[in-house]
Amino acid sequence: MEIFAQTVVSGLLIGFLYALIAVGLTMIFGVMDIVNFAHGDYLMLAMYFAYWSYALLGIDPLYSLPAVTLALFVLGTATYYLLIKRIINAPMLSQIFVTFGLLIFLRGLAQFLWKADYRAVPHCLLSGSLHVSGVYIGLPQLVAAAGAVVCNGLIFLFLKKTRAGTALEAVAEDKEAARLMGINSDRMFALAWGIGIASVGVAGALLASFYYVFPEVGGNFGLIAFVVVALGGFGSVVGAFIAGIVVGLVEVMSGYLLAPSIKFIVVLGLYLAIVVARPQGLLGKA
Amino acid sequence: MKKGLCLFFIFVALLIVFPFFFRNPFPRHLLIMIMMYAVMSIGWNIIGGYGGQVTFGNAAFFGVGAYTSSVLLTKAGLSPWTGMAAGCVSSLVLAFIVGYPCFRLKGHYFAIATIAIGQIMMGLFMVWDFVGAAVGIYLPILPQSFRNFEFHATKLPYYYIMLAMFLFAIGVAFLVERSRLGYYLRAIKDDPDGARSVGVNIRRCKLYAFCLSAVLTSICGTFYAQYVLYIDPPSTFGLMISIDLCIISLIGGLGKLFGPVIGSFVFIPLVELTRVYLGSEGQGIDLMLYSLLMIAVAILRPQGLSSLFARGGR
Repeated sequence: MEIFAQTVVSGLLIGFLYALIAVGLTMIFGVMDIVNFAHGDYLMLAMYFAYWSYALLGIDPLYSLPAVTLALFVLGTATYYLLIKRIINAPMLSQIFVTFGLLIFLRGLAQFLWKADYRAVPHCLLSGSLHVSGVYIGLPQLVAAAGAVVCNGLIFLFLKKTRAGTALEAVAEDKEAARLMGINSDRMFALAWGIGIASVGVAGALLASFYYVFPEVGGNFGLIAFVVVALGGFGSVVGAFIAGIVVGLVEVMSGYLLAPSIKFIVVLGLYLAIVVARPQGLLGKA
Repeated sequence: MKKGLCLFFIFVALLIVFPFFFRNPFPRHLLIMIMMYAVMSIGWNIIGGYGGQVTFGNAAFFGVGAYTSSVLLTKAGLSPWTGMAAGCVSSLVLAFIVGYPCFRLKGHYFAIATIAIGQIMMGLFMVWDFVGAAVGIYLPILPQSFRNFEFHATKLPYYYIMLAMFLFAIGVAFLVERSRLGYYLRAIKDDPDGARSVGVNIRRCKLYAFCLSAVLTSICGTFYAQYVLYIDPPSTFGLMISIDLCIISLIGGLGKLFGPVIGSFVFIPLVELTRVYLGSEGQGIDLMLYSLLMIAVAILRPQGLSSLFARGGR
């Protein structure tokens, strides 16, 4: 029973983070119908930023979080203006190749600048674990999960309660009509990229406290983000949140019940089953 | 057209005599790799280029081809040629199992699904003890002969076997391009709803194309296993192999008969030379180069490098 509780808790904790990573992906897709294949690799950049601000400046990942988030926001908007803007109306093939090319580029850049070594922040501010009725909860994991929930909530409030947020949703709904209402869709796309990538920045800084950093680290997280987005429905922020938790639970459960080495296979199999059976996802529009 | 045919025969003649002028192992190896990637990219181009269904999972067929023949050789002593045929059958089965449900998916969903399938295959072979799991398979060193598909003294027989496969692949692509399937595939790529409305069975067309793609990739898998005599999951199922096939087709020209050939003759030397000249110091630079090439071609010249030659009258 305790083991069951332990897996549920671990699944929830990692699930919240998955949700945060996926929210940015689903937002970019929802607003402009472009899949950012390089999403996980922005996460990798964020983790490296957090790592280096510790290694070079001695700033704990928790304190560098705002700076990392801001840096990723700038990177996201820059990516939009430099690259994505040119392919908004291009055939889908070109869009896939461009964001996939971006993925390879960022990995190559990381390999070139920082080599293939695994790195970790050795003495974090956050360490140790809580022990609650037989269940161990790592403190950094707990803080990361809490941060992810807060950040998800903020994004949700931003979309529903602010003028910019509703403008963003309006553009997602109907670009032409939004333009007639005086909304600058170009700026909204840039904003979607900024926030979408910034949310990965938060996730990366939180992850850096307890996860290894290496050039390919974005690969698995990126794939999981796709699974989460597909499960929740492309473009649905609430769906991504729920789906993140589901995927986290499935991953940890299958690792425990079957074997740790195949938990990833189960998660990817879940993706295939979902998109084939219900292509619009749990909460997506048909 | 006639000019094109002449150029093609000159090209083939050059490939046939190439080993007589280049006796060192490296240029021969380079040409073998170029032709092998050309064959696989021709396969990729049938489904991805003509049909517009981008797959990032074709390495699955490469791996299945390599593993089927190697397992049959090491466990049952079957000739790799039989293994190659068996590999094609396994790949066809896989293509059907994967393709039947997944070809309902559109665009991005399909592309991501193929990544998932590639990674699942890799993951399964990493833990499957019967086929050597993460350690892989060392193929036995047998007396060299055509039947054994092993040649130790020189790479020459490998070269000509690959050349034959290369010509076979071009022949397949040529027939596809001229056939009803080729026209249907292009129609599906340009306007799926329109194609459906005139009675094209979209899913069946995609499946046929995917099966051809699988076979061409699978025979390369068997060839690679016999050529290197060692396989493991990353070197056969690796995501980078699938991606290379896309890049090659893209830079050469999607949906063009000689697109993947041109792409392979540009891309593979680039890969091998950066590896030789940059070594481990330049780790990552090669990836940055290809990706920039990929992005630049996708934005500036989506019709690929082969369009540079198109004015000549082909």
